Amino acid sequence: MANKTVVTAEPGKQELFITREFDAPRELVFKAHTDPELYEKWVGPHGMKMTIDKWEMYDGGSYSYTHERDGHKYAFFGVTHEVHAPERIVGTFEFDGLPERGHVILGVTSFEELPDGRSRVVHQSVFRSVADRDGMVRSGMEGGVSDGYEKLDQLVAKLQEPNTASA
Amino acid sequence: MDTFTALAEPTRRNILEMLAANGNLAATDIYKKFKASPPAISQHLKVLREAKLVRVEKRAQQRIYYINPEPLHDLEKWVRQFAAYWEERYQALDKILELEKTKDSVPPA
Repeated sequence: MANKTVVTAEPGKQELFITREFDAPRELVFKAHTDPELYEKWVGPHGMKMTIDKWEMYDGGSYSYTHERDGHKYAFFGVTHEVHAPERIVGTFEFDGLPERGHVILGVTSFEELPDGRSRVVHQSVFRSVADRDGMVRSGMEGGVSDGYEKLDQLVAKLQEPNTASA
Repeated sequence: MDTFTALAEPTRRNILEMLAANGNLAATDIYKKFKASPPAISQHLKVLREAKLVRVEKRAQQRIYYINPEPLHDLEKWVRQFAAYWEERYQALDKILELEKTKDSVPPA
């Protein structure tokens, strides 16, 4: 598959961009970001159980979810500022496990239509400080890269059962 | 001080860009290029030295600064690994999108 994730993080800036193209129309990619059943199937890091506790994907709503591994829980939460199908999601994001509150991130996810039923997602994260951003980049890589694609296979296997049942 | 913090300051990034363009520069030549006082610039050079982004050689009365690109490669590495982390998520999303596309293409009854 030729689609490749590109991360742009210029030195000294408080933002970063994550860009990725998909072989699917943007309506569907948008749906996979807003439908809780679909979202929890792909967003969790490898080896972690993802549980959505609250999911209000409309302007002024809020959300929270938990990643869990070996009894350790990692909770994330935020408010949904704008949910504009199928173009844009704007919201805040905060990790509940930091020693202090306030390390909040503003996230803007844009869904662009491409020819031939394809689409592009550009996610911009704006941090309160350069240190916040760089801390996130460094902690984000931990655990994320090493384990290959086992999770993918498990996930697809799991996904196929309920789908055939509900179809 | 780490690479990220050292690079967070615009004057220090300017100094690195100058060194990258010139190969090396005497401290006095670096001072001349800024409106800020030599002690202020000297402080920035100290931060860059401590972050190992530059190295210095003493030649007679002069201190010659060179750029040291290795910490910058580390930064690239971090960004690449962060991208790989997201790539793993997005490959999971690819699979879901494929399944959803099949569902959507089923004509309504």
